[in-house]
Amino acid sequence: MTDTLEAQSATPAGAGQAGVDDAFARFTNVQKSYDGVELVVKDFNLDIRKGEFVTLLGPSGSGKTTCLMMMAGFETPTHGEILLKGEPISGLPPHKRGIGMVFQNYALFPHMTVAENLAFPLEVRHLSKAQIKEKVARALAMVRLEEFGDRRPAQLSGGQQQRVALARALVFEPELVLMDEPLGALDKNLREEMQYEIKRIHASLGVTMIYVTHDQTEALTMSDRIAVFNDGVVQQLASPDELYERPENAFVAYFIGENNRLLGEVSERLGDDCRVQLDSGDTVIAKPVAVGGVGSRTTLSLRPERVSILRGDAAEQFDNQFTATVQEVIYLGDHLRTRVSVCGNEDFILKTPNAQGFGVMRPGQQIQVGWSSADCRALDA
Amino acid sequence: MSDSAAPLTTADGVPLKVSLRRAVRRSKFKALLLVSPLLLFLGIAFVIPIFEMLSRSVANPEVSTSLPRTVAALENWDRQALPDEPVFEALVEDLREGQAARNLGLLASRLNYERSGMRSAINRTARGLGSMEPPYREAMLDAHARWGELDTWKLIERESSPYTMTYYLSALDRHLTPDGEITMAPDNQQIHVSLFWRTFWMSGLITLMTLLLGYPIAFLLANLPLRHSNLLMILVLLPFWTSLLVRTTTWIAILQSQGVLNDMMVFLGVIADEARWQMIHNKIGTVVAMTHILLPFMILPLYSVMKTIPPSYMRAARSLGGRPFLCFRRVYFPLTIPGIAAGGILVFILSIGYYITPALVGGQSGRFITNYIAYHMQTSLNWGLAAAIASILLFVVVVFYLVFNRLVGVDKVKLG
Ligand SMILES: Nc1ncnc2c1ncn2[C@@H]1O[C@H](COP(=O)(O)OP(=O)(O)OP(=O)(O)O)[C@@H](O)[C@H]1O
Ligand SMILES: [Mg+2]
Repeated sequence: MTDTLEAQSATPAGAGQAGVDDAFARFTNVQKSYDGVELVVKDFNLDIRKGEFVTLLGPSGSGKTTCLMMMAGFETPTHGEILLKGEPISGLPPHKRGIGMVFQNYALFPHMTVAENLAFPLEVRHLSKAQIKEKVARALAMVRLEEFGDRRPAQLSGGQQQRVALARALVFEPELVLMDEPLGALDKNLREEMQYEIKRIHASLGVTMIYVTHDQTEALTMSDRIAVFNDGVVQQLASPDELYERPENAFVAYFIGENNRLLGEVSERLGDDCRVQLDSGDTVIAKPVAVGGVGSRTTLSLRPERVSILRGDAAEQFDNQFTATVQEVIYLGDHLRTRVSVCGNEDFILKTPNAQGFGVMRPGQQIQVGWSSADCRALDA
Repeated sequence: MSDSAAPLTTADGVPLKVSLRRAVRRSKFKALLLVSPLLLFLGIAFVIPIFEMLSRSVANPEVSTSLPRTVAALENWDRQALPDEPVFEALVEDLREGQAARNLGLLASRLNYERSGMRSAINRTARGLGSMEPPYREAMLDAHARWGELDTWKLIERESSPYTMTYYLSALDRHLTPDGEITMAPDNQQIHVSLFWRTFWMSGLITLMTLLLGYPIAFLLANLPLRHSNLLMILVLLPFWTSLLVRTTTWIAILQSQGVLNDMMVFLGVIADEARWQMIHNKIGTVVAMTHILLPFMILPLYSVMKTIPPSYMRAARSLGGRPFLCFRRVYFPLTIPGIAAGGILVFILSIGYYITPALVGGQSGRFITNYIAYHMQTSLNWGLAAAIASILLFVVVVFYLVFNRLVGVDKVKLG
C-alpha cells in the first residue's frame, strides 16, 4: 500500500508554492485515504502566508473538509507533511495545535450559554476569572452580540449562532482559524452580511484564515487566494481576479463564473495565438493556455460578458465573428441573458446590459456575435 | 375583510368555531375507536387491579359485617371497663349467625393479625356456642380468657370501621396499641422496613452498575461505524431473546459454589477448594444477575441520547484547547445526562419491582420486598398487608417518576 502511495506522490511540490520563508502554514505532498483503496486527497500542496485569507473551493466530495481536518488534527495524513510555522505538527494532538475552528453546523455547546461557550477555550487555558470576563466581553462586542451572553445557542438565530461560533474560534487569539462552510446554512442576505463581517474581522485582527466553501461567489468576494479543488487535487491556486480572468484549465473555467465552452482541435499555431477547428466545422482564433501541439483536442473557454453582439455599423472589429440564432431571452432586471446557438453550441450565453441602444431580441432571430481571441482561452480537453 | 367583532362563520353560516369543533370531534372519535381495544385491555388488566389493590390495602370489612350487633351494642361503651351483658349477648348472636354461615374464619384471622390469641378465642368459643346459656357474660368469660380483657373489646370497637390503616402500619413494622397509638413492632418482628431499604439500596446499586457498564457500550454503539454498531446492537438485544428464567439460572450455574467461576478459581489456585466463594443465594447473586438482566434498559436510552450528539461537539471542544478527558467531562457528559436519567429511572423502577430473579438467586439475604408481597399473597394469605406493601412501592415509583419528570422531562426518554 505505502509503495503505491509513495509512487503517486513522486510529483514535486505543485504550483502556487509561495516562498519557503514566508510560509506560515504549509501542506507538502499531502495524501489521504480513508479506506486504503481510494485517495480522497491526492497530492495537496499549499503554502499560506501569515495573515492571508485562503479559500479552498471545490465541488462536494472533493476533499476540502478532509484537508481542514488534517490541519486541525482530527485526521492524520496518509502521506506527506503539514507544517505550522515551520514545524511539522503530525505529532501534536488537536488541543495543542492552537488552531481556531468554525464548524459547518457551528457546534456550539447547547448546554452552555453564549458566554460560557466563549469562556470554554479560556478556562481550559487557566486564565483568571477577570481576564476571561474581559475577553468574552470583547469577543461578544467584536461580533456585535453584547446583549446575548446569557442566552443559550438554541435561542439565537442562525446568523447569531454563526457569529458566536466565529467569536469562540477567535476568543483565544489563535494565529490560524479554519472555517468549514460556516455560512452554508444561512440565507442569501445573511450570508452576504456575514461574509462582510468575517472579512472585517479578518482585516482588523490580522489572523490567518483557511476558509472552505463550495460557493464560488463567496470565495471570489472574500479571499486573498483561492485553491480550486477537484478530485483531491488543487486545479489552480491564484487570486480571485486571476482565477476568473485566466483559468488554467477547463475545470477552473467551468467552476468559476459562467463560461461558454466550445470543443475542437488545434489546427494551427500562429505565434501567440492558435487556430482551432471546432467540431461544428467553424474555425476560431484563440489564445493557447493549456494545449498541446497541432492536432490536440481542446476546450475553448469564453466568458459571456466578453462576447459582443454586432450591430452592423462595423464599429467593432473582432477576430472571431459568427452568426448566431437567438433561442431564449431571460430578463434579469439590470441585464439580459440571451441563450443563442452558435458554432454547434446550443447553450451559448450572452450577457447584455439592459441599456439604451440594445434592441429587443426575439427567439429565432439571427444576430451577429463576435469576440476577441485574447478572451477565448484554449484549455485542456 | 370581515368585521372583527362579528364571529367568523363558514360558507353555510355555521359559526367557524362550532364547525371546527364538530370536525375535530369526529376525528377524535375515530381515533378513540382505534385505540379502544387497548384501552379496554388497560382498564381490565391494569387500572382495575390497581384500584382493587389500593382499596384492599385499607379495606376492613370483617368486623363490621361479621359482628353487626356487637358493633351496634358497643356504640355507647365507655371503654373504661368490660362491656355489659347486652354486648355479650349481641356477640353470641353474631357468632352463632357467623357459625351457621361458616364465615367466622375471616374474622378470626383478621383479629388475630392485630392481637394474637384471637383466632383460638373465636374458634373455641364458637365450638361451645350451642350449649351456651344466659347470662352470656359469665359464659363467655368462661369460654375464653380473651373475652375478659379490655384490649379485646377496644380492638373490636376500633376495627369496626370499614377502613383501617393497620395494614400500612404493619407494612412499615408499626402497629396500634389498644389505645390507638402508633408504636414500633418489637425488634425481632421488624422485617418490612429493612426489606424496603434493602430493596432501595440494592436497586440503586444495580442502577449504578448498569450505568457504569452500559455507558461505554452505549458510547461505542453511537460512535462505531454502522457495520460494527449493528453487530454490537444485536449483542445488546440478545438478552431480550432469551428467557428470563434461562438467564437467571445460568447465573446460578456460573456463580454457585460448585459452579464455573469457583471451579476456575480453584483450578487457577486463586482460592482453596475449601474456601470457595459464596456468590449466589445472597446479595451478590441478586446484584450480578439483575445488573445483567437490566443492562439493556440502561443502554438503550443512553444510546438514543448519544446518537443525537454530533461528533463535532467533541471536535470543537478539542480544537478550543481542551484535553480529551476535560472535553468529555465538560461537553459530552452533560449532554448525556438526559439519557443517564432516563436509563437510571427505568432500571431503578424495574429493579424495585423485580421478583423472579431475587427469588431465585437472592437466598435469604438477597430478597427484595417484592418477595414478601408474594409471601403474603401465597403463604400467609394476608392480602391486605400484601396490598399495602405493593401500594407503598407504587407510591415510591410515582414519586421517583414525578421527580424525574420535574428534573429531566419524560419526553426526553426514547428507546432507540
Ligand atoms: N470519515 C470518513 N470515512 C470515509 N470516507 C470519508 C470520510 N470523510 C469523508 N470521506 C470521503 O472523502 C471524500 C471527501 O470528503 P470531504 O468531506 O473532504 O469532502 P468536501 O470537499 O468537504 O465535500 P463537501 O463540500 O460536501 O463538504 C468524500 O468522497 C467522502 O465520502
Ligand atoms: Mg465538507
